Amino acid sequence: MNIAVLLKQTFDTEAKIEIAGGAINKKGVGLIINPYDEYAVEEALKLKEKNGGEVTIISAGADTPDAMRQALAMGADKAISVEDPALAGGDEYTTAVVLAKAVSTIPYDLVLAGWREGSAQVAVRVAEELGLPHINVVTKLDIDGGKATATRDIEGGNEIVEVPVPAVITAQKGLNEPRYPSMKGIMQAKKKPIQKLSLGDLGLSADQVAAKVKVQSYFLPSAKAAGKIIGGEAPQAAAELARLLREEANAI
Amino acid sequence: MTINFDLTEELQDIRKVARDFAVKEIQPTVDEDDKAHRFRRDLVQKMADLGFFGCVIPEEYGGNEMGWLAATIIAEEISRVHASLRLPFNMNPNGPGCTILRYGTEEQKIKYLPGLVDGSLLGMFAITEPDSGSDVGSMRTKAIKDGDSYIVNGNKMWISNATVCDMGLLYAYTDPAKKIKGMTAFVIDMNTPGITIEPITDKLGTWGAPVGSITFENCRIPASALLGQEGQGFKICMEQLNDTRLGCQAGGLGLAQACLDAALKYANERQQFGVPIGKFQMVTDMIAQMATEVDAARFLVYRAAFLKDRGRPCTMETSMGKYYVGEVVNKCADYAMKIYGSYGYSEEYPVARYYRDAKSYQIVEGTSNIQKLIIGETMLGYRKRI
Ligand SMILES: Cc1cc2nc3c(=O)[nH]c(=O)nc-3n(C[C@H](O)[C@H](O)[C@H](O)COP(=O)(O)OP(=O)(O)OC[C@H]3O[C@@H](n4cnc5c(N)ncnc54)[C@H](O)[C@@H]3O)c2cc1C
Ligand SMILES: Cc1cc2nc3c(=O)[nH]c(=O)nc-3n(C[C@H](O)[C@H](O)[C@H](O)COP(=O)(O)OP(=O)(O)OC[C@H]3O[C@@H](n4cnc5c(N)ncnc54)[C@H](O)[C@@H]3O)c2cc1C
Repeated sequence: MNIAVLLKQTFDTEAKIEIAGGAINKKGVGLIINPYDEYAVEEALKLKEKNGGEVTIISAGADTPDAMRQALAMGADKAISVEDPALAGGDEYTTAVVLAKAVSTIPYDLVLAGWREGSAQVAVRVAEELGLPHINVVTKLDIDGGKATATRDIEGGNEIVEVPVPAVITAQKGLNEPRYPSMKGIMQAKKKPIQKLSLGDLGLSADQVAAKVKVQSYFLPSAKAAGKIIGGEAPQAAAELARLLREEANAI
Repeated sequence: MTINFDLTEELQDIRKVARDFAVKEIQPTVDEDDKAHRFRRDLVQKMADLGFFGCVIPEEYGGNEMGWLAATIIAEEISRVHASLRLPFNMNPNGPGCTILRYGTEEQKIKYLPGLVDGSLLGMFAITEPDSGSDVGSMRTKAIKDGDSYIVNGNKMWISNATVCDMGLLYAYTDPAKKIKGMTAFVIDMNTPGITIEPITDKLGTWGAPVGSITFENCRIPASALLGQEGQGFKICMEQLNDTRLGCQAGGLGLAQACLDAALKYANERQQFGVPIGKFQMVTDMIAQMATEVDAARFLVYRAAFLKDRGRPCTMETSMGKYYVGEVVNKCADYAMKIYGSYGYSEEYPVARYYRDAKSYQIVEGTSNIQKLIIGETMLGYRKRI
């Protein structure tokens, strides 16, 4: 069973985000493997241990060397990194078109990704590009007899969905407990191939992947205002709450 | 000449794994474990499973040959979260492991090394006695040849891992008349009849690391337990200490870093007189001293590891690292305590634990004075550089 895992690096979840000159200031911000992608890597490795085959890490944009090394050290077999200056101004559409093409360069039975990959759009778009079924936000996955059976989070509960493979599955927290790379894994990772491809190598032109969405501006979420505690007896407090919700918050 | 302060990608990845492991697996229960004086065998096993104990052991015996700098960085990051858990590095690969590698027969290597790396065996080394600490040559334990075995009698004291180990190094006199030329090293199995172990439960710190005394009473060990040759014991011991001293200072360094981490966090958070206390020059000054000395300590520790990885003379440099780290970690614990005020004195924050655990770094593997002796005498030409 050959599995492609879509992977990216993201800002350390503890990083302090700053905006400078109309863009997010990336200087000094630690990058980590996208946590949801880590679940995808782990799931791929577990499936490989059970069914054999190869796990290929696929990434678009050159910002991922550390995450890629980590995935290889965890046990993935090889990696494909699409690097091209034309990707710089890309959006989710760009990334998805590029990733889908890159996936198509290898034999695959399954595509795994983190569910929040690029505004939670990228993996779904990849499925669309490849004409594959997809299941999103998965917390349990079984692959058997050409079918993928997945439990996914939905509002207030979960549902079980079955699709034929190949399919695109996106991982949610809870799917598994990602392993740590072992010393041996770290050593072996150095010798594993990372194939670098340009847009041209994938038969794509810059026009074909041009962004459909343009970012107008960035702003930080406004600081959370302090909460308000309404004192007094319950009936009066409730009335006061209703008044504030109506008149101040415009919520009712 | 080139000098490079950047770690290789590989070493950066190793640090990341060690840090992630420490934060996710050790941190959540560290205070609870420490207060319960709990030895987390399961965590030691997990570290072994990741290959943490294989860095200084060749692949043919189950190791990964990542080297001393890798081993140092891992122990540093583990100790930064729980100092007690840096001990297994010395008790398995650095102490017994490297010594068996240097002096062991092929049989001894095959019997012990893979187990010390994969965590199925826990080791120890027994040098210290009730009346013999810094003056190693004054030990009284005897191992007298009797046919095809040795009969051991004596008391070992302050032996880390005593209560949990399966095997270990024993230093004893086979020929007391020859003074230190009559000292011999052995590798022994702890289930040998004639061995009694008593835990030492009342100690200032490192509560998660068991320590005990080991008594040998007409304990018969086979001749095959001999490590190296009779009379080589003192030399073997000094070489062992040069390895375990490095593991020890890696732990002290991690703990010093933990003190700095904690101090920075609190100095930015805690407000008095309407400002964060970090804004007071006297607090800023403490932070500056801590940060500078932790970095300086790190350079000394890594240099010792660097030299060891290249097989270059490093006894004095290892002592410099050990001495400096021992002092710096105590100063950092003291400053962290000062910065935390009453909250440092309370068990609510980890600083009280850091303060307790720091002290051992001025004592174990040769006290600060003994390190200064080695450094000074080497500089003055009274000792050979080895
Ligand atoms: C937590 C812990 C774990 C330990 N684990 C082990 C272990 O696993 N295996 C093991 O064998 N031992 C172990 N030890 C023992 C440790 O190695 C000794 O405590 C250490 O060598 C110092 O010996 P001592 O305590 O007898 O002090 P002493 O040697 O009695 O020293 C007392 C004081 O005199 C000073 N002093 C002594 N000689 C000189 C000198 N020539 N010049 C100047 N000053 C001097 C010392 O610096 C010290 O300040 C452990 C100790 C502790 C506390
Ligand atoms: C065992 C014990 C018993 C105690 N008993 C009593 C008691 O009986 N009654 C009682 O009222 N209190 C008691 N205390 C509280 C004690 O008086 C306070 O801990 C002490 O005043 C320090 O306050 P703090 O711990 O809040 O530290 P903080 O005031 O928060 O100080 C934190 C750090 O900031 C530094 N700092 C603060 N302000 C400045 C400044 N302007 N310039 C430079 N540095 C500054 C401090 O020196 C310290 O290093 C006790 C504390 C302990 C630990």
